[in-house]
Formats: sequence, C-alpha cells, structure tokens
Amino acid sequence: MRKALSKFGQAIKLPGLSFFMAFTITGLIIAVSDAKVLAKFSSPFDFITSALASVGNAYLALFQGSVFDVNLIKDGSFFQGFYPLSETIVTATPLILTGLSVALAFKSGLFNIGAQGQFIFGAIGASYVGFNFELPIGIHILAAALTGAIFAAIWGGIVGILKARTGAHEVILTIMMNYIAAYFILWVLKTQAFLRPGRIDPIAPEVNENARLPLLAGPSFRLNFGIFIALAAALFVWWLLTKTTIGFKFRAVGANSQAAKTAGISVPFVITSTMMICGALAGLGGAVQVLGSEYALNTDIAGSFGFDAITVALLGRAQPLGTVFAALLFGALQAGGRTMQSNTGVPLDIVQVTQALIVLFIAAPAFVRYIFKIKKMNASAALTSKGWNG
Amino acid sequence: MSQVLKIKKVRSNVEKRRLAGVSVTTLLSVLSLLFFGFLNPGKDKTTFGFVLNNEWVLIKEWVISSQTGSRIFSLVAVAASVAAALAFRKGARIVLPTGIATFGIFMAFITWVASGKFIPFTGLLQGSLLLAVPLIFGSMSGLICERSGVINIAIEGQLLASAFVSGVVASLTHQSAWGLLAAPFAGASISLLLATFAIKFSVDQVILGFVINVFVIGFTSFLYKKLLVPYQASWNTAPTFSQLEIPLLSKIPIIGPIFFSQSVVVYLMFIIVGVITFALFKTKWGLRTRAIGEHPTAADTVGIDVNKLRFRNVVIAGLVAGIGGAYYTVGSVGAFGNEMTAGAGFIALAALIFGKWSPMGAVFAALLFGFADNLQSTLTIIGVGIPSEFMLMVPYIATIIAVTGLVGRVRAPAADGIPYRRGGAN
Repeated sequence: MRKALSKFGQAIKLPGLSFFMAFTITGLIIAVSDAKVLAKFSSPFDFITSALASVGNAYLALFQGSVFDVNLIKDGSFFQGFYPLSETIVTATPLILTGLSVALAFKSGLFNIGAQGQFIFGAIGASYVGFNFELPIGIHILAAALTGAIFAAIWGGIVGILKARTGAHEVILTIMMNYIAAYFILWVLKTQAFLRPGRIDPIAPEVNENARLPLLAGPSFRLNFGIFIALAAALFVWWLLTKTTIGFKFRAVGANSQAAKTAGISVPFVITSTMMICGALAGLGGAVQVLGSEYALNTDIAGSFGFDAITVALLGRAQPLGTVFAALLFGALQAGGRTMQSNTGVPLDIVQVTQALIVLFIAAPAFVRYIFKIKKMNASAALTSKGWNG
Repeated sequence: MSQVLKIKKVRSNVEKRRLAGVSVTTLLSVLSLLFFGFLNPGKDKTTFGFVLNNEWVLIKEWVISSQTGSRIFSLVAVAASVAAALAFRKGARIVLPTGIATFGIFMAFITWVASGKFIPFTGLLQGSLLLAVPLIFGSMSGLICERSGVINIAIEGQLLASAFVSGVVASLTHQSAWGLLAAPFAGASISLLLATFAIKFSVDQVILGFVINVFVIGFTSFLYKKLLVPYQASWNTAPTFSQLEIPLLSKIPIIGPIFFSQSVVVYLMFIIVGVITFALFKTKWGLRTRAIGEHPTAADTVGIDVNKLRFRNVVIAGLVAGIGGAYYTVGSVGAFGNEMTAGAGFIALAALIFGKWSPMGAVFAALLFGFADNLQSTLTIIGVGIPSEFMLMVPYIATIIAVTGLVGRVRAPAADGIPYRRGGAN
C-alpha cells in the first residue's frame, strides 16, 4: 500500500509541480495587472492582501464557472448548482475529439497542427446534412456525423498524401490548411446553400430536430450525448493503437520510421492513413459541436478547439485516457475562464497563458527538477516530434 | 557498346526534381497560353499604371488589350520554358529561365484577370515588398537559429511580442525610435525562453516553439484587453516612422519609389540581410555556426563550445526578429492590434524552408509570398469576380505549392532540432 502510494506520488509529482508553477505565475500576472492592487503599491501589507484577494477572487470565479456554483441553486434545486460542471463537459467534448486527433498523430510521429481546419470541415459537413435533409431519428445523426467525419478525413488526408509523396513537413502543411479552411468556411456561409432564409449575416439554418444529439440532463443544461461519442472515440483510439496491426504499424513508424521501413512497413501508407483518421476524429469534434450544442454553423464555430487540442494532447502525453483528462481540465479552464472574465474582468486569454505554461513545464521535466532541486523524478519519456529532416 | 547504351538512364533525385520543375513550368506556360490567350480571353483592355517618380502624379499608363497581353506574356513563359528544357538537357542551371517563365505566367494571369481594369503596378510591387518585410526579418531569425541547429517555430511569438513591446514603448515615450530600440529586446527575451528550454533542458524544439507561440498570443491578448484597450490614449498610440527618401536613388523610375522611399525599418532590413549573408559565409562566426548546425560533434572536437554558440545565436535571432516585429507597429500602422502578426511567423518559416535555408533563397521566397498576398488584396480592391475569401487563400496555397511542388525534398541542416550532449548519439 505504502509502496503503491509512493509510486503514485512519483507519478503525479511532475504534473503536480507543473500545475503549481503555472497557476502561481498566472496568479502573479492577474495580481500585477489589477489596477486596484497596483493602487496600494505604497503600503506593502495592503498590497499583498489586495493581491491575494484579487487572485483569490479570480480563482474562485474560475471554480464557480467550471465545477459548482452555490449561487445557481434556485427553488431548492441543488442539482442546478452543477450547471458549471455540465458546461465544462460540453466544452471538453470537442476538445477530447480534437485532442485525440493530435494525440494519434503523435503516435505515428506526426505533429498535426491541422485539427482546427479538420474541425471546420467536420462542422460544415455535419451542418449541411443536418439542415438540408429530412431523415428518421438516429439515422439523421449518424448521417450528419459521418459526413462531417468524411469531409474532415479528406481534408486531413490531403496533408497525408502531400507529405507521403513529397516529404513536405506536416507542420507547415497543416498550418496553411488551417488558414485555407478558415477562409473556406467564411465563403461557405455566404453561399446560397448555407444562407439561413430571412437572414443576411453568415449563419446557417439550425439542424433539424432529428439530427440533434439528445440532451442528457434536461433542457436547462447543454450537456448532450456528444460526451459519449468522445469517450467512445478515446476507446477506439486506444483499441486501434494497442490491439490492431495497423496501430502497431503507426507506433512503429512513430518510434523509428527508418526501422519500420526496413521491417517492411509502408511509411507513406501509415502517414496517409494516420492523417485521414486524425482528420475524421477532429471532424467528429466539429460535428458534435454542431449537432450537440451549437445547432447552427457560424463563422466562429471552431473557436480555438483545434489549437487547444495540441496543448491537450501534449498534456495528455498523447495517451487516449490522458487526453480525456487533459481535455476535461482545459474544458474546465475555458468554462471557468468565461465566468472569471464576466465576474472579475480578467480577460479569458489568461487561460491560454496557463495552458501554455502547464504544457511547457510538463514538457521540461529537467526544468522542474532544476527549480525544485529534485534529484530523481519519474518522468515517462518526453513527447518528441520530428525535425525537418525526419 | 550497344549493350551499355540500352541500359536505362538512372536519374538521381536532384535530376528528377529538376525535371519535375521544368515539366510543371512548361505545362503551366502552355495552359496559360491556351486558356488566357485563346479559349477564354479577356474581352477588354488592361491598364497598367507605373509610378515613374516618387511623386505620385507622374503616372505612366500602359494600356494593352487583355487578350494580346496574355498571349505575349504566355509566349514569353513558353519560350522561357523551352530555354529551361534546353538548359536541363545540357545540365546547366534552370533557375533563371524557370523564374522568367513563372513571371510570364503571373503576368499573363494578371493581364487576363484585370481585363477592363486598372492595375497600379508600382503600388503592387511596393506593397509586396512591404508585406515581405516582417517575413524577411522572421525568416532571418529562423535562418540563424536553424543554421546553428535549433529549430525555431517561435518566430510568430518573437514577432508578436516585439510588435507589442515596440508599440507600447513608442506610445509611452511618444518616440518611434524608442519603440524600434525596445523591440529587439522583446524578441530576444522570447529567444531566451526558447534557448533555455531547448538547449539547457533539451525540450523538443517543435513542441517548445509551438507552446511559446501559444503563450505569447495569450499573454499579448491578455495585456491588450487589460491595458491597451482601456488606456488606449496613453498606451496604444504609437507614432510611426515617416518615409525616408534616399537622395538621387529615390528618383530612379519604378525602382526608386519601390526601394528607396521607405521607412527606416525597410533600410535596416536591406542592411541586416546583407550582413547576415556575409557573416554566415565569410566569417569565422559563420563557419562555426554552420559547423554546429551540420556536425556539432566535429565542431566540438576542434574546440567550439556548441551549446554556448547555439545559445548566443538563438538570442541574436531574437534581436533580428524583434526589428521585424517593430515593423508592425512603429514601422507601419502605429497602434498594436490583437494578434496582429496573423501567422506571418509561420509564413516566414515556410519562406525559410522554401528558400532551402539560404539567406537569399529565403528573401526571394518571402518576396514571392508578399507578392501573392498583395496581388490578392489588389485584385480584391479592383474587384475581379473571384470571391475575396478565395483570393485570401492564395498566399497559403502558394506556400503549400512551394513546399510540396517546387522545392520537393529539401535538406535542413543535419543537426537541426537535435539537442547536443557531449558523448551523445550524434
């Protein structure tokens, strides 16, 4: 028991210390940028207490916006207080899917920055099928989600084919594809096919009732079936990577593409199929966002789900389960950050800083050891990407 | 003897790539001639405007029928393609003829698409140069890092951080010069972050660069909303540099207004590109830098402190990128805008790769991207019937074509991205 505990302690030491440092630095930034705190600069005691109060309020709002808020309990409904938690899950759902997209690519040795563009194509596909057809319940959801996934798989597959055939680096390719997708959705929303009748602003019609993912906790919560799709996708990625031949090939190429080639694995095939599956995963994220919570395609549908996915996958060490937890955490930060912004006036962008810091420290175990003067610390092999020649 | 002749000629990869280049340009030239010149010709006349002098009133107009113009330029492209094919057979360099062919195709396209419209040609080129300025600074930053073996994905972060700092400093001091002076330090501090984590703590450099970008985007957005928006009057009203005309040179027709009637940041760019090119290939520092990028173990053997030099070079690269960042604020519009670099750092990175990690190559690639970007906005302004969203995609599509089709498999410095440890694997 004791041994197990110490093992557990070892395992969470790096993430724990990384979180601690990230939230400390974030707190410093919040305190120092608060005008009320700076006004008390002349007296050290007041300065410190007001700084602590400022940070405390911000972090309290972060918690209230992501887990539980007493103020929301109305008419004796204790359950309503968990509305923030449901928002966390709703925000985390697309993050899980895009995070899995990036994570799976990492396993094949690819750095997929293109989840954003793939997400957009998934959302476009799902939205079009969602509002344009009348299909029976169940089938409609399936058709819409599949269309989204296929659109995005093609979009991701283009990168795979280009890389496999020409050797161009996927980081550059996916970044450019993201920009192209971002402009593409702006154009699509102006076309006749996507224009909502009676509206001139770029917003598509809402998807039909039959195409909407069922709500799980009643109409006052946005919590929907999408979270189960995301968890199933995580299970699928785990199964694919550990139980199938193709997953073995992915990991072999990811570990050492030269050796994999020598062993007779077709590297171009692995690159292309990885990118297609990654695309499908991120596209499913876009589909879930449209069918589960937004219903109507709009210019900002993708938010930064595709970019946050990279930090999610890095934090989750590219493991399916780790990615789920990381997505839930970042979903909480996003949902809480919105409340923090409206309650305490701390811009939501600070969440991005926190996320970057967490991932930075997690990626640098040597740095954490150096700061805390730790001699030995268990850190599983750091994630690596391939340089330009890789 | 006849046996030998029957053996199929084996082409090396380099030859294959050259052949692909020649074939693609030839195909595009012929297609351009057919499509723009005959099948779907422009019906009206195209007007090109040239500013002969730096005084904008002296505009020379050149009017040509869209169809004839497209035919002429396409024919130039076809002729250049033939020259390229001949050069390829002789084994000579094909850069110049393929370059001319590309130019011909571009011009044929412009003449075709702007049928019945006015193209401000000098303005088009001038704008291209200006759009390329931060790209060139960014790619020089990447060049110095990567030539010494450190991958720099954080160019975007360097540009954005220094744009922010130079804007704020110039606003607070009411002096654009202070903004320009402060910017390199902002770029260098991002570099310090990159160098410390990449070199001292051996963090994967691609991931690190990405995370640094996220950090800088988040942090500048945070400060922008917390400081620059509420206190705009004092914090975000950076003055800009006025145009500095170089006597005599600025009077040269066409070239004068493009190159010699610019702000001081642009002249700094010319100087820095020259200095870097010279230093990299003609000085001891350059030789050492290239050595630690290609073969750090060998460099170590002859007594070069690999990691120290890498650290120093990454910081220098930050200084260079910093000036590029200053261009966004004090060099052009003044006030800082949220995420105002809008991915230029990544285009700069693509320019570096497209330019095969050589200073001149990167500069030309950056100019090409600048041209694609400016052509897009010019054509959108004159209104050519192509949806503006598609025009906006052009620079990014151009980048993809550049990194996949035109350059093919390029070779980065051999030790790029690999942390150096004495007695390590490399």
